[in-house]
Parts: sequence; C-alpha cells; structure tokens
Amino acid sequence: MLNQLANTKVDRRDGKLAMAHFYVAFIALAIGGLAGLLQVLVRSGKLELPAGIGYYQILTVHGVILGLVLTTFFIIGFMVSSVSKTAGTFTTRQRTLGWIGFWFKTIGTAMAAVMILLNEATVLFTFYAPLQAHFLFYLGLTLVIVGTWFDSAAIYMKYGQWKKANPGQPSPLLTFMTVITLIMWDVATLGVATTVLFQLLPWSLGIVDTVNVGVSRALFWYFGHPLVYFWLMPAYMAWYVVIPKVIGGKMFSDSLARMSFILLLLFSIPVGFHHQLLEPGIDPAWKFLQVVLTFLVVIPSLMTAFSLFATFESYGRSKGAKGLFGWFKKLPWGDARFTVPFIGMLAFIPGGAGGLVNASHQMNQVVHNTIWVTGHFHLTVATAVLLTFFGVAYWLIPHLTGRTFTKKMNKLALIQGITWAIGMTFMSGAMHAAGLLGAPRRSSFSDYGGAAQAAEWVPYQIAQAVGGTILFLSIILMLYIFVNLAFFAPKGDQEFPVGEVADQAEKTPMVFDNWKLWIGITACLILFAYTLPLIDLIQNAPPGAKGFKFW
Amino acid sequence: MAKTELNRNTETETEIEVEDSSSLKGTLASVFLLGFILIVTWVSVYSLFLDRS
Amino acid sequence: MHLHKFEKIWLIFGIGSLLVFLTVLGVSAFYLGNQPPSCLATIDPEKVDTQAPFNEPGLKKVEGKEWEYELVFVASAFNYTPGEVQIPKGAKVKVIATTKDVIHGFEVAGTNVNMMLEPGYISELVYTFNKTGEFLVLCNEYCGVGHHMMTSKIEVVE
Repeated sequence: MLNQLANTKVDRRDGKLAMAHFYVAFIALAIGGLAGLLQVLVRSGKLELPAGIGYYQILTVHGVILGLVLTTFFIIGFMVSSVSKTAGTFTTRQRTLGWIGFWFKTIGTAMAAVMILLNEATVLFTFYAPLQAHFLFYLGLTLVIVGTWFDSAAIYMKYGQWKKANPGQPSPLLTFMTVITLIMWDVATLGVATTVLFQLLPWSLGIVDTVNVGVSRALFWYFGHPLVYFWLMPAYMAWYVVIPKVIGGKMFSDSLARMSFILLLLFSIPVGFHHQLLEPGIDPAWKFLQVVLTFLVVIPSLMTAFSLFATFESYGRSKGAKGLFGWFKKLPWGDARFTVPFIGMLAFIPGGAGGLVNASHQMNQVVHNTIWVTGHFHLTVATAVLLTFFGVAYWLIPHLTGRTFTKKMNKLALIQGITWAIGMTFMSGAMHAAGLLGAPRRSSFSDYGGAAQAAEWVPYQIAQAVGGTILFLSIILMLYIFVNLAFFAPKGDQEFPVGEVADQAEKTPMVFDNWKLWIGITACLILFAYTLPLIDLIQNAPPGAKGFKFW
Repeated sequence: MAKTELNRNTETETEIEVEDSSSLKGTLASVFLLGFILIVTWVSVYSLFLDRS
Repeated sequence: MHLHKFEKIWLIFGIGSLLVFLTVLGVSAFYLGNQPPSCLATIDPEKVDTQAPFNEPGLKKVEGKEWEYELVFVASAFNYTPGEVQIPKGAKVKVIATTKDVIHGFEVAGTNVNMMLEPGYISELVYTFNKTGEFLVLCNEYCGVGHHMMTSKIEVVE
C-alpha cells in the first residue's frame, strides 16, 4: 500500500526525539540490570548488601526502572520512529508535544528515582497501599504517565493528518498498530491515574488519613494487566511487520495482523481481576467472568503464532525448502536482527503456557505470589519482549544515528541473544520449579526458621543466581553494542525494514480504522466487567487503612 | 509437473502438497506443537492442584 | 476477511482447548465449590484483637458445620499468631485470617492454601489436610523490611 508521506528514512529531527528516548532506556537497562544481579546474588544466600542498602530498595529500583522506565521509553522511541517512517515526518507542533512528553517522563522518572534512593519509597512498583511512599514518588510516576499522554496526542495528530491526506485508504500498518496500542494504553492509564490522583496523593500528603485499599488495588490492576500488553504489542509490531522484511519474505496477511490488534485492544483491559484472584472483597463470579475474558485475549496470540510460522514457512519454501520442516533451515540464522527476536518468540511459548496457568481461577492458588510468577514474566517481558526490542535496536539505532550495524557487531549481538537464552533458561526455569514448591516471590533470602521446605528451595536459588549472572553479562554486551551503534559505528545507511504483504493476500477492509466502533466496544466491555464489582468495593468498604512505613 | 510427480510418487496425496511451494503444512505442525505445550503445561499444574486439594 | 484453511483448523482447536479449560475450571468452581478465596466480610483493622474470632487465634473444633475445625490466624508486621499449630490428619479446616496493618500473604507451602490478607477484610478458605508433616506458613506478599522473616508452622499429625 503506497502512500505519499512515507519516508525511506526517519526524518533527522524525529530521529533525535526517538534517540533521546533510547538513551534513557539503555541507562535504565544498566541500572535495573545491576539491581537484578544484586537481587539474585542476595537471594542465593551468598551475598549481603553493604552500606545498609535494603534488598527491597533494590527490588523497587529493578521493578520501576525496568518495568516502567526501560519499557516505556523504548516503546515510545520505537513508536515515534515507526510513525515518522510510515506516516511521514511529524510537524513542528507534533514534535514539540513529543518533546514535552519526553521531559515529563524524564523529570517524573528522576523524582521517583530520588525518592527510591533516599529509601522514601520502598513500596515496589505495584504500590501496595497501605504501605505509604513519599508523595513525590507517586507524583513522579504520575508525570511519567502524563508524559505518555503527550506522546499519544502527537501520534494521534499525525495519524489524523495522514488520514486527511489519504482519504479512503487504510492507514500504514505500523502506524495503525501504534495508534491502537496507545489507545489501549491511554484507556488503561486512566485507572492508575485515578488511584494516584484521588487516593494515594491526597493520602500521602496527609490531606486524608486513610485509603480504601480494595478500590486502590482494583484500579491499579485495571491498569496493571494492560500494562503488560503495552509491552507486548510493540513486540508484535516488530514480529508482524519488521521480521518478514528482515528475513526477505512477505507478511502473511495485513488484515489478520490488524484483526489481532483489535482483539488485543478489546480484551486486554477488562481482565485485571486475574491478578486479584485470591483477594477478599470481590465476588468469585466476577473473578470468573474476567478469567473468561482473559482467555479470550489468548486468541490474538494464537493468530499471531500462526501468522509468524506461515511467514517463515512461505519464505523457506520460496527458497526451495522441502519437507515438513525444511523451511526452518532456510531462515537467516546468522542475522541477529532476526535471530535475537526469534529467541524471544520461542520464549513466548512457555511464557504463554505459564500465563494460562496463572489466569486459571482457583488454580492460581498453586502459583500466586510464588517465584513461579517471576519466572513467568521474565520469559514474557524480559525475554520475548526485551529480546525483540534489542533486535529492533540493532537496526533502528544506527538508522537514526546515520551509522551501520557492522558484521562484528552482528556477531556480538548473536552472542548477546544466545547468552540471554542460556541465562534465562537457568534463571526462569529454576524460578518456575521453586515456585511450584512454594518459594515466594519478592522476598529476600531467608531460611524461614530452619524449615525443611525452605531448605529445598536453596539449590534453585543458586541456579537463579547463576542464570542471573549470565544475564548480566549479556546486558553488558548489549550496552556495549548500543554505545557502538549510537556513537562509534561507521557512517552509512542502515535500512528500516518494513514488510510488504504477500501478493495473494487480499485488500485491507476499512472497518479497522473505525475507531468509534472499537473504542465503543472496549468501553462497553470495561463497564460490563468492572462497574458492579467496583460499586461493591465502594459501598461495602471496611474502615479505611492508615499509612505505614515498614521499611 | 504435478502430474508427473503423481505418477512417479505414488505414496500419498499429501506428499505432493508438502512439496508445493505455497504449502503451510509445517506451520500447521508447528502451531499444533505449540498447542501441545500449552495443554501439557496446563494439565500438569492442574494435576498438582488436584493432588494438593 | 479470508482465513487460510489451516488457520481455521488451528483456531478451532485452540479456542476449543481454551473452552475445555474454562469448563473444567467453571465446573470445579461453581459446582464442586472450589472457588478461590473470596470472602466478602469486613472488619475494622484497628479492632482485630477484640473481635471474634480473632480475639482467640488458633485451632478450634466446631460442630454442625461443613468443616470440623476453624483455624484462626492474625497477621501483622512481621509475624503470625499463632506461631505454631497442630492439626489432626484428614481434618477439614476452615482457615480464617486477617491483618492488623498492611497487606500480607498467607501461604501454606506445598498446599493449595494461598490467599491475600488485606486490612479491613477477612480471608477464608476451606482445606482438608490429608498429608502428615510440617508445613511452612509464610508471607508471600511484600509487607516491609521483615517480610521474609514472617512465618508460622502447621504440623499435621496422625
């Protein structure tokens, strides 16, 4: 689908905005990765933190810096580049909004980081009211979210401009996927913004004495699950659109890609209760309803799996592959832009399987808050998503800085991906196993009063430390490659790969760009899944909870 | 071409489709393998749940 | 929108499997009563110690109920009361717990007893202790600097 505004290269000014995001993202990777290394070492029982640094303080750093900062900054940088490439250069006004967003997010991050370092906010990134952090921590995270609203506004304006210039045409796929991901994000962040602005900020400022814990948690998890889809959908953008071009093949279907993104928008929000399955105050029937909706959000991922395999097989067969799996050998395994995200795709298979278990209503009793869950999201976000982002960085950073991804860096990148896979197999595997035996997540090393059961977990904790150390080496390699691509790689033109649809794939229906329809259905589903239980949590609330600082 | 192959290779019809350049047989096999992993994982943990209840 | 024949087969199989999972869970939850802990009762978190049943934590035999015992736990940073309890093997026990301060977890490692304790709410779960031995009770939800020191013990005896 040709359009008048598409660029062969991302405009230099837009590239600068994207690069600003990537600098923050990779600084975050360095800090968060170091925190992660310290955690696995402490948890193995072999290391004690010096200088009175608390385990839970670095755990907060790890969660906030990687879960919120690295992801959000990388994603916005990728989105800005994708939209600028496929829908055309941003106008000065749009780009200014983007810069305002960047500074909001950066200042907010700095505020939250200072509070965490001063040990004023050791509440982990999931807040945990009635543990009460300094109000600047909550305010900082609010600024991060407000910043993303500015980013969304800039991208929506660009999208509108494109639609006006190209009437009756479906929007470019990468732009479409960006818009849908941001709509999902904006709708989801309303929940966390509500709890922070109306509950946590007034409470931490001392304006009100108590907080309604049930409501606060429901609002947080209304945001907390779509948050993980905000991580995943940009990875899907790369899988659907970028990877086919990288391997030299075609996209399987434009319409199916759009369809799966629509389904992700509809079903990734009204599902937050599956994080609260073992909590009091919510009727189990409402929990089960959201479990059903959670299972529906699996469907677009089933579609994605098919599309990706189909892309790979079609490509392999076009190169003369024979037999059931002959195409597998034809894939460009020597190209890190493909292989590193491919490792991510593989990790998403056990990641998805574990996710089904987590969301399975009463079965959650086996795994809830055990380290199984930590193992799960280190496969999904910390491997599937992150390795995809690294795979994107390998071509996008040099594309934006006017440099090239050299053979030597490609080799290092392959080692980076493989060491990640090895490290994560040890760490996540041991976490899953220990979790089934009952080992808790978010906990420092403990022998639990000499309990025999806790002693069984120690070997797994040592395996986690081994895996975590390998992962840290992989992070150092990634940072080295990033610095090379940003500042030292030879000047040149690095392609921004955007896939084209296979010839026999049909024309994209216009209904996908009908936002009133999709936002309308999204709103209905949310109201259906949340209205009554939320009213219940408000009307039948116990006396409010006072704030505590137990760290 | 297909016809000559049919004559030479009398095994099954699917054999021909496998050699077809637009076949997605490998894709079907791959996603079913994926589905198998999902089912085995789920059933294992559900058995653990039953064993512990 | 056109779907490839194989993709149809895959989606029918995939969605079918999801439906089977949901049916198994649904029948177990709504027909056999294996719901996740979802007690709707509330309590003033500052008056936990003076209100029944939390004024007398521990194991108590009860009559005329679906379960034979009630096991009452009070959690606060960073300990559980009681710190140790013995349960006869095979006893059907309703675990009743709450917290006096922040959110805590209540997990009996190696069993399906796993629930969140939130200030103002009572959490309940019925469980039959069929295996003898020592079971570690631990807090699996972050509650502060002593979170990993927060334990109790359940001994299931013949």
